[in-house]
Amino acid sequence: MDILFLLIPLSVVLVLIILGGLWWAVYQGQFEDIEQEGSRILEDD
Amino acid sequence: MSDKNMQPAVYNDSVVRQFSIMAVVWGVVGMLVGVIIAAQLIWPELNLGLPWTSYGRLRPLHTNAVIFAFGGCTLFATSYYVVQRTCQVRLFCDKLAAFTFWGWQLVILAAAVSLPLGYTTAKEYAELEWPIDILIAIVWVSYAIVFFGTIAKRKVKHIYVANWFFASFIIAVAILHIVNSAEVPAGWMKSYSAYAGVQDAMVQWWYGHNAVGFFLTAGFLGIMYYFVPKQAERPVYSYRLSIVHFWALIFTYMWAGPHHLHYTALPDWTQTLGMVFSLILLAPSWGGMINGMMTMSGAWHKLRDDPILRFLIVSLSFYGMSTFEGPMMAIKTVNALSHYTDWTIAHVHSGALGWVGLISMGSLYYMIPRLFGMKQMYSKKAIELHFWMATIGIVLYIASMWIAGVMEGLMWRAINPDGTLTYTFVEAVKATHPFYMVRLLGGMLYLGGMVVMLWNVLKTATSGHPTDAAIPHLVAHA
Repeated sequence: MDILFLLIPLSVVLVLIILGGLWWAVYQGQFEDIEQEGSRILEDD
Repeated sequence: MSDKNMQPAVYNDSVVRQFSIMAVVWGVVGMLVGVIIAAQLIWPELNLGLPWTSYGRLRPLHTNAVIFAFGGCTLFATSYYVVQRTCQVRLFCDKLAAFTFWGWQLVILAAAVSLPLGYTTAKEYAELEWPIDILIAIVWVSYAIVFFGTIAKRKVKHIYVANWFFASFIIAVAILHIVNSAEVPAGWMKSYSAYAGVQDAMVQWWYGHNAVGFFLTAGFLGIMYYFVPKQAERPVYSYRLSIVHFWALIFTYMWAGPHHLHYTALPDWTQTLGMVFSLILLAPSWGGMINGMMTMSGAWHKLRDDPILRFLIVSLSFYGMSTFEGPMMAIKTVNALSHYTDWTIAHVHSGALGWVGLISMGSLYYMIPRLFGMKQMYSKKAIELHFWMATIGIVLYIASMWIAGVMEGLMWRAINPDGTLTYTFVEAVKATHPFYMVRLLGGMLYLGGMVVMLWNVLKTATSGHPTDAAIPHLVAHA
């Protein structure tokens, strides 16, 4: 099961990237005023 | 001449148009190959005694064409369409976007030539040999640059949920492709996998299942989250849910791969891990389905008159079905019956024809008239006809394969009181014959529907003229 030496570190890196993405999103204000965002796409076009 | 600081007035819909048209063309091609191989399973004479037309070589041509050519072009077209409009900004780097189109068509052509010639890595959905793998990687990195570059220069602060799904799909596919395609060249079109034995199998099915999870699911959920609200003229039912199930989905999917390797040499704990995460996956998947369906609240009556909406909503029911069936089949005891049988084929096709196919068709029918300056498709009746042909085709396909699959599983495991096998393998093959006929009929209906779509699309394109939509003048939201 040597592949685990690759897969587990890779998964950990991936999880860190995902957590990083989530942290960035929260602190960047992506989740403020959520209810309104769903309707925004209906406004143009 | 133009002020460099001035935002361009129109979206880059040229590349969207190109990908949209080719999506429909490759859809017909890929489904035609599917019908051919379905016929070959009934009448082996159709192999024609030639290596280039043999089932073994045409099958990967079918899978690659429908997933990467049809599905891929649909994803490129829709993601480029959606990211521009939700960011209220033109695509980043027109030249690179154009390169992704021509590069991807080159990949498809290379596949269409090399697979019948027998060049294959023998890794499912990763059959293309190493020079083509390199081209795929280059095109994919370019795609990522165009997509993320567009997000980076967005004029709307909030990144619409569909773009999160597209982003995760692009990143995941990059990782999956690079890791699984690690191979040592031994000739111009020959290579050996960097992995061996059961490790190779594990990497392969980590890739294979995530190809389904990210290429065929996350990417298409991105499509769903834009086109269902737009066509229904209703906002997503619960925007909060869309965010929650997004994160749950992308995390859980990565672990489900081992369910392809139950009762093989893969260690028991890995199999159990895959099984458990596959069961957990049911929840975030249904989160997506429910969100899409419930968006129809107050708009269900529109289904009566709007065939495009029908494509989109019925696709969600097949999505719900497949994402229930999948976890069930991932249970070891169930898998002991279903593995290697036609039930697996039924499951794949309910997801592929039902979910991926129908949502692609719905979104393409939405975009294409607009891309040619038309209010609607050339023929609404043709869309209706397509819908019924496709849906009946799907039902015939999956019902016949369910019956064949369960029958195979039961016949293979039947033993006599003295412990000998009741049936020979070939007896089970014979027994599935009538179901293969019904499946061929279902597939032909589905292909026929796609041909109707191609006709409708060409009539729409020639009646209108290529139009790039104007970017609405927008006060940038802080």
